[in-house]
Amino acid sequence: MQDPAPIGLSLPQLAASRCNLCWRGRRSSSFTIKPGLQTLMTLAIKEHEQHERLEKLKTLFGLPVNKAKLTSQRTRLKNQNGFHLCRLGREVYTFVSTSRMSGSLLNMFSKGTKRKFSDGDEEISDESLVGARVASSYSLQRQSLLDMSLIKLQLCHMLVEPNLCRSVLIANTVRQIQEEMTHDGSWHMVAEAFCSAGQSPSERLVATEVLCRSREQDAEPKLFSVISYEGCREEEVVADETLCSVSVSDTVSNVCLAGRIGQCWEKSELSGVERDEEALEDSRLGSGEDEEIDTKDRASTESPKTIGQVFGTFEIKNGSPGPDSALEELFSDVDTSYYDLDTMLTGMQSAPKMGPYDILDSLAPSHSSPSIVSTPNCRSDLNELDHIMEIIVGS
Amino acid sequence: MHFSTVFSLRVSLSCRAGGGGNDVQWCFSQVKGAIDDDVAEADIISTVEFNHSGELLATGDKGGRVVIFQQETENKSQPQCRSEYNVYSTFQSHEPEFDYLKSLEIEEKINKIRWLPQKNAAQFLLSTNDKTIKLWKISERDKRPEGYNLKEEDGRYRDAATITTLRVPVFRPMDLMVEASPRRVFANAHTYHINSISVNSDNETYLSADDLRINLWHLEITDRSFNIVDIKPANMEELTEVITAAEFHPHQCNTFVYSSSKGTIRLCDMRASALCDKHSKLFEEPEDPSNRSFFSEIISSISDVKFSHNGRYMMTRDYLSVKIWDLNMENRPVETYQVHEYLRSKLCSLYENDCIFDKFECCWNGNDSVVMTGSYNNFFRMLDRTQRRDVTLEASRESCKPRQVLKPRRVCAGGKRKKDEISVDSLDFNKKILHTAWHPQENIIAVATTNNLYIFQEKVN
Repeated sequence: MQDPAPIGLSLPQLAASRCNLCWRGRRSSSFTIKPGLQTLMTLAIKEHEQHERLEKLKTLFGLPVNKAKLTSQRTRLKNQNGFHLCRLGREVYTFVSTSRMSGSLLNMFSKGTKRKFSDGDEEISDESLVGARVASSYSLQRQSLLDMSLIKLQLCHMLVEPNLCRSVLIANTVRQIQEEMTHDGSWHMVAEAFCSAGQSPSERLVATEVLCRSREQDAEPKLFSVISYEGCREEEVVADETLCSVSVSDTVSNVCLAGRIGQCWEKSELSGVERDEEALEDSRLGSGEDEEIDTKDRASTESPKTIGQVFGTFEIKNGSPGPDSALEELFSDVDTSYYDLDTMLTGMQSAPKMGPYDILDSLAPSHSSPSIVSTPNCRSDLNELDHIMEIIVGS
Repeated sequence: MHFSTVFSLRVSLSCRAGGGGNDVQWCFSQVKGAIDDDVAEADIISTVEFNHSGELLATGDKGGRVVIFQQETENKSQPQCRSEYNVYSTFQSHEPEFDYLKSLEIEEKINKIRWLPQKNAAQFLLSTNDKTIKLWKISERDKRPEGYNLKEEDGRYRDAATITTLRVPVFRPMDLMVEASPRRVFANAHTYHINSISVNSDNETYLSADDLRINLWHLEITDRSFNIVDIKPANMEELTEVITAAEFHPHQCNTFVYSSSKGTIRLCDMRASALCDKHSKLFEEPEDPSNRSFFSEIISSISDVKFSHNGRYMMTRDYLSVKIWDLNMENRPVETYQVHEYLRSKLCSLYENDCIFDKFECCWNGNDSVVMTGSYNNFFRMLDRTQRRDVTLEASRESCKPRQVLKPRRVCAGGKRKKDEISVDSLDFNKKILHTAWHPQENIIAVATTNNLYIFQEKVN
């Protein structure tokens, strides 16, 4: 049983999906909450028809149907003692790729099942020198640890206040890794990929406040931090200056602040419809949208791609104009009440702490494929996630 | 939640004062809680505490309920009988709340219960969730007045014309009724989540600690408290350390300690100044450079601190070890015990599944000779300080036979697994023992698994 290919979700998608997925049932589900199983890839599809449905959805959106992957996941899940659907806090489910280090994680949960994960070895099989192997696996480990930590930080935005101790400890770990990477010089490489020129990497040692935004009502209560991207839809966000003020903070690169996103959404929803339909058909982000970038805004790389995708999914959920009959059929029994604008807005406002999103984006190297940020698959995986969640919620 | 005794038995032993040495064997006594494996979240036990006499055992759960067990008084005719604990009172201590200002829920989970020393017939305890502390009075009623002059037994007033003689009510025995009533509610003093409460030895004040602040309360005054420690930085960006636990000294009413997420313990003297930001003593062990990793800081974070009963030592629990500190020596602990060193190589996985953030508690026995703490796979560890011995025991349904002696368990870290050993990879990290309590005088321990409470007693040959 090999480690399945990671379903990477970039943070904007997580943010978007998070909004879409917030629901109120605290003890509603038949699932036991195991906060410790946060980063397992989850697919607790219990019934065959749900699985079929998922396959259907994937086909619809042009996703590779990977029965083997699902099967292996399910099998593995069944092997785990007392496994239940994983969710982060009370709202968020996640498809976070098991990082390379976590092969042994699943060992810990399945009694007696011994798994060797050999992905790491395969990757570096080219290198003949043992020393080089060690070094690169160390940096690989470090990178995956960084990714993991950043995901953890953002995903503590639950309905209940996150555990401050945990957040601080994770933030300290991230800082420690950052410092080490700075000294190594590898930080510079990462930072360069994402930041505007003129800021030295060391300045970008992340402030705790941004990493795990405190509960204190900050001086800027109006501003949300949203992830920044290469591809963006500035028009939607920046459309109305009075509603959405966008600015870049000095302390952290690429901090993208979009104020009162709810209003932005409201406004942009209408304008975004056509674009979203297009995007839906593509099922692939990336090059198409990059070309739309407004050159003058490139430097600041503001405006979340999230919003577009949120609209995209928002679109679907409301059975928006022109859906396939197949789509309709699939979503016929989905409760769309969750996806009312109100719900989304409330969900959004309940945790205005998306500071770490931008950090992740600036820190996670785009070149390493197993990392969490994998843009090409974003949209499809986001949809997949949403649909799976619908299925599960509906069940 | 219903606590029904699954197995209860009378163990024919004589009680022994709470010493822990000399081949103490532990045997099963009782288990409380539902049998089925499907754990309802509300039933997850979140705190366990004996009262000062050991007669009462309180548990709090995630659903905001408190269940109190009472030790049956020993049968005088059979002095060999060890008494058992039965449900005494159950009440809903905290309700879930919603903070409208921040759009955040406030969990009703009981974080800590602390008993007050008994002053009269009633018992008092403090229970706290993330934001609010409540003082509960638990009182018994076993008599009621009967024979009112003007009222019937059911409460209706008698027709005045029919009253011809005077009748004075008398108290007659009734079935025992245990009432719990909230006497004080100490609210709105904490911005962050309360992690500890500790009653002062003066029996008038207590402290409550959250992630960044410690407040001092008077038990009679609910509308204000004094802030005695505040480690919140002016700029939250600089926050790197939080308070994880705090406790008053058992005899000195001016002294308290608090532990931090960086592995330091600060002892403060309230006589020195009103605000105890400046510590009187700082207990910190220098880091071992050979063990340094990305997780060093996380595993050094102290999850619990407890003074010994004699007040000379304190014990701290971090992720992998238990340390005993002499209050007079700040630069290193006097004793260090490894709880589950075999996990050191698994730290990354434990970080990923968040187990590395589990907060284990620890406790002393009555005469401070043995300490106990929990681990994974429903294991718990007894560390004998005088004999320098330690044992790992398991709280499981398999060893629930009456009077069954607990067999020591061993975990095999790697290599060849011997018979009866468990390999690290087969440990169940969902089954963790975070909360344990030791009877203040006897060798009776209460161990909380996820939703069950196990009571073990000592076996004496």
